[in-house]
Amino acid sequence: MPFIPHTKQDEKEMFDAIGINSVEDLFDEIPAELRIEGLSSAVPAGLNEMQVGRLMRERGAGDATGMCFIGAGAYEHHIPQAVWDIATRGEFYTAYTPYQAEASQGTLQVLYEYQTMMASLNGLDVSNASLYDGASALAEAVLMAVRAHRKSKSKRVLMPATVHPAYRAVVANIVSNQGVTLEELPYCTEAGKIVVAELAKYEGEDITALVIPQPNFFGVLEDVDGLTNWAAANNAMSIAVVNPTTLALLAPPGEWGENGVDISCGEGQPLGIPLSSGGPYFGFMCCKQKHVRQLPGRIIGRTVDLDGNSGFTLTLQAREQHIRRSKATSNICTNQGLMVTASTIYMSLMGAAGLERVASQSHANTQALADKLCAIDGVERVFSGTSFHDIVLRLPAPVNKVLKALAEKGIYGGYTLGEQYPELQDCISVCATETKVNADLDAYASVLAEVLED
Amino acid sequence: MSEAPANLKYTKSHEWVEVQEDGTVKVGITDHAQELLGDMVYVEVPEVDAAVSAGEECAVVESVKAASDIYSPVTGEVVAVNEDLADTPDLVNNHPYGDGWIMQVRMTEEGELDEMMDADAYVESVTEEE
Repeated sequence: MPFIPHTKQDEKEMFDAIGINSVEDLFDEIPAELRIEGLSSAVPAGLNEMQVGRLMRERGAGDATGMCFIGAGAYEHHIPQAVWDIATRGEFYTAYTPYQAEASQGTLQVLYEYQTMMASLNGLDVSNASLYDGASALAEAVLMAVRAHRKSKSKRVLMPATVHPAYRAVVANIVSNQGVTLEELPYCTEAGKIVVAELAKYEGEDITALVIPQPNFFGVLEDVDGLTNWAAANNAMSIAVVNPTTLALLAPPGEWGENGVDISCGEGQPLGIPLSSGGPYFGFMCCKQKHVRQLPGRIIGRTVDLDGNSGFTLTLQAREQHIRRSKATSNICTNQGLMVTASTIYMSLMGAAGLERVASQSHANTQALADKLCAIDGVERVFSGTSFHDIVLRLPAPVNKVLKALAEKGIYGGYTLGEQYPELQDCISVCATETKVNADLDAYASVLAEVLED
Repeated sequence: MSEAPANLKYTKSHEWVEVQEDGTVKVGITDHAQELLGDMVYVEVPEVDAAVSAGEECAVVESVKAASDIYSPVTGEVVAVNEDLADTPDLVNNHPYGDGWIMQVRMTEEGELDEMMDADAYVESVTEEE
């Protein structure tokens, strides 16, 4: 379906109706000194379909074709062909969810099934219909915790340094102007995780929430039971930030500690979304029933119509702008509909057993890769904590030079940690998902050995 | 015109106040207000012990149409809230002056009651609005 914007004639009629001469006149109120001259001419002229096709082919040829061993928040998993064949059917192919409560039954049913799967994967009562991405989902979770925990006045949130650095930056950006204080929890440099006993200094203080990553950014498993119990004992809300694939094997956040976490969120990309240079991805969020009024986004419910036929409907959207107007407490007003459709199909096709195999194989491959790489002189594991499918390794040579040399040989060898963690200057994190076979791991090891010899 | 009992005091923003025997006041929204808002789906009541100020937001009522702030008619400390609204928010629709009350406040500024409208004045102001 072509997108046909208004014609010159339409524009003229609209201009006449409101008494202006050009679109530019609409921006008159912006002072001249704030405007960038020549902005419109900075955008090149349009191209026709043939020219665009050619440009894209040329650019596409520059895409990486090697093997990716970078995890660090975005994971290359096998996506069954059927996922995107179904997701891109005309009936599903839109990023938007309807505002009309009962329109598009098919879309609503997909979202309902998605929510059911996510709630079950997280071991919590309810799931919303998704958010933009993992980082903004965590920011929304922090704001939600502040709203839900009305007895806590401090708006102090404990944020482990083991949470993805990009997530921490996004959270700080979104919440710091809303009176929320983020206090960074240092990690144990030996184990690569948070030590529960270190939280003792916060006991007796008004802490609104504790963020608990699992696995953490280093791939290390945190002591989630201890941390969740600490939060409960100290009247703080607990917010899990998790990788959904790993939940096929690890305890779901709803079962951490004595009573489970209050809120769980994370990045949905591992569930059927390609890496595609960083997006679009989607965020997910689940919570206990008692916090549902504070959950951002929307919830689709199942009901019956007047004739008793089963149907689906927008059930709850308590924080959104069209309900709360200027009092809206979340800027999430839609969801990542298309990504969620793909992930729902992915989860349906994989099933619980399939997802478990993906998680097991990714874990096993990453461990095997680390073993092979650590057999090389000077390469060693950095942390003693158990890791899932990211492992931090120390290299005996400057990291960026090594990664560049690896890339030239078609191996994207890992994520550089030194920029965000100065103490890990000579370290990378590596990941080998189920997409890698033994020969790939051997290839990485032999190329790394070569590179390090040079 | 909707109902407005004579023993209550009223605000322009459609809250009512009922003085209790112990001197505290109960606060709710008027019949007229609930009619305008429509079917209630949720009422966010304040915390017990919370300090409220006259004219400032103290609660949120959410209907199928919109979420609206409720402004405290008085200044003081919340001594009780209507816990029943959590499960049955429609009490606000069905019994706006009775079981649909929202909070009970110990006032610190007694004079505030004198500035409110009586039932007749409230009915008149609502009629003008319409």
